[in-house]
Amino acid sequence: MGNCIARLTERKNLWPWLLLAPLAIYMAVFFLVPLIDVAIMSVTEPRPTLANYQRVLTGSLYLRVFLNTFITAATVTFACLLVGYPLAYLMANSKPRTATLILLLVTMSFWTSFLVRTYAWMVLLGNNGPIVWLLQTLGVQQPPQLLFTRFSSTLAMVHILAPYMVMNIYSVMRKIDPVLIRSAESLGAKGLALFRHVYLPLTAPGIANGSVLVFVICLGFYVTPVLLGSPREQMVAGLIGNQIDEFLAFGMGSAMAMVLLVVTLAILTIYHRRFGLDKLWG
Amino acid sequence: MSHLKLSGISKSYGQFNALEAVDLDIAKGEFVTFLGPSGSGKTTTLMIIAGFESATSGQVEIENKSLFGLAPYQRNIGIVFQNYGLFPHKTAAQNVYFPLQMRGVKKAEGLRKAEEMLELVGLKGFGHRHPKELSGGQQQRVALARALVFEPSLLLLDEPLGALDKNLREQMQIEIKRIQRALGVTTIFVTHDQSEAMSMSDRIVVFEKGRIQQVATPLELYHRPQTRFVASFIGESNLIDVKITDAAKREARNDAIGAIQYAPSNRPPTGSEATLMIRPENIKLSRNPVEGRHNVRMKVETIINYGDNALVVGKVGEQMMRVRVLGADVVIIKEGEECCISWLHDSVYLIAK
Repeated sequence: MGNCIARLTERKNLWPWLLLAPLAIYMAVFFLVPLIDVAIMSVTEPRPTLANYQRVLTGSLYLRVFLNTFITAATVTFACLLVGYPLAYLMANSKPRTATLILLLVTMSFWTSFLVRTYAWMVLLGNNGPIVWLLQTLGVQQPPQLLFTRFSSTLAMVHILAPYMVMNIYSVMRKIDPVLIRSAESLGAKGLALFRHVYLPLTAPGIANGSVLVFVICLGFYVTPVLLGSPREQMVAGLIGNQIDEFLAFGMGSAMAMVLLVVTLAILTIYHRRFGLDKLWG
Repeated sequence: MSHLKLSGISKSYGQFNALEAVDLDIAKGEFVTFLGPSGSGKTTTLMIIAGFESATSGQVEIENKSLFGLAPYQRNIGIVFQNYGLFPHKTAAQNVYFPLQMRGVKKAEGLRKAEEMLELVGLKGFGHRHPKELSGGQQQRVALARALVFEPSLLLLDEPLGALDKNLREQMQIEIKRIQRALGVTTIFVTHDQSEAMSMSDRIVVFEKGRIQQVATPLELYHRPQTRFVASFIGESNLIDVKITDAAKREARNDAIGAIQYAPSNRPPTGSEATLMIRPENIKLSRNPVEGRHNVRMKVETIINYGDNALVVGKVGEQMMRVRVLGADVVIIKEGEECCISWLHDSVYLIAK
């Protein structure tokens, strides 16, 4: 046996593959097998037909949930960009101490469990929470319902996902050669023109990376929209949870999960064709 | 009349004086090189002219107008940086169009001008390529075209050839000179490479430790360096410390070599300390003394053969001497032997202390 391995590794350089084997086996057993199981369930539960997919792709309820999921993911991505870009700029262009401080704040929020952060928003936005209290003190007679709305779930998701955006954009901004900015200035560019024609295009890869990451993660978000969102405006992950927890409809849940998986893979493929997936992690 | 005038430019960072009272006049159309080792102040001076650094004191004027308080984008100065600073997201033509775009030139006209300029730098038909699809030399040309297309009042080149290999560097030296002459643009070229400075410049400004050591044409700098630093930095030289023994007879004395006569000079008086410079190619190597020349015996230590010529290093007493001989002449001696070296009095140049 040992002899056999020795001969194999001699012939081709197989050591890297042998080193990867534990991880590969783990992924196969605990990820690939269950995933295949889900795929099989989607066409066999309760009976072996494609009926589940037919219902998912034609039922107006399901389509509305998918649409809602995309709109929410797009909104969250856009909001993360609006918050994250200036923050990343500030980090990339301030003195080392300030930059470290901002970095610390961003990563601290990142390190806190997102369940904890979700509950924190429940406290902040609740009917007896500080924000409602503040509005009442300022004289708003009937403070609007904040918790369990699209607003509250979107806000919390932006908070949770913004660090992904900030980090991706920051890593690109930091690598920008200052000579490019100096060149632009010497050639007559200033202020907004310099930003629009030089700085923004140079940071575009970071924007694309951050956006696709936030969008894809957001598509499958479960806890936050379930705990904070409006029950009438569910996202796909929540709906899948419902199917399985409440209706024990494993087939329907699986079919939805497969559709979500295919859509996500499609987005990543398009992104890969355009920008290269290998750049996604900086 | 001077086109660019620097008066009393100083720059200090805390206690450290990067530049001290730099004065310089550059005429219109002139090609001037700032030469010096790194940290000598040449790049700082360039950045002050460009507006990226501000002088602690002093004035920069172009055509008698002060540039004080003007941001880089208001100065109308073209710069080529060492690593070119081309925008990676724009094609060559878009890069060259950029300064025109910033000046409100319409796209069709701007791109046409950009193509014309690319043609002038020898890149006709390369306009649609992105910088990463171009070689180092081609990127260099694009950067040059971009810095020239808006007809700047001044062109600054910050060690632009540093990243290129030797052959390409020589080719680009010729190209840059050709383009500069064709457009007649006043140019400042920064380098630490003396041969680059010698081959390209109308005049060279030698910097050391934040001061201008000498401003002169390449030939003058080579033959009549004003300081010991210039003599050692430009070309090879034998520098011999002497005491002037008789200024009228142009006689000096070095402990190792003895009495030496030097070429006409009206500078130091009898009794003062000075340095004599003899270029290695002005020294002749022979077995026996040569009549009409100043002869001394030298013990040969090292011979470095370059094929067409050889460098012979040896000692006269304690004085190290370098002799440059033609390749064929070197066969007469071997390392470790004694031989005769000789020079004419006229090739001994005196530098005051």
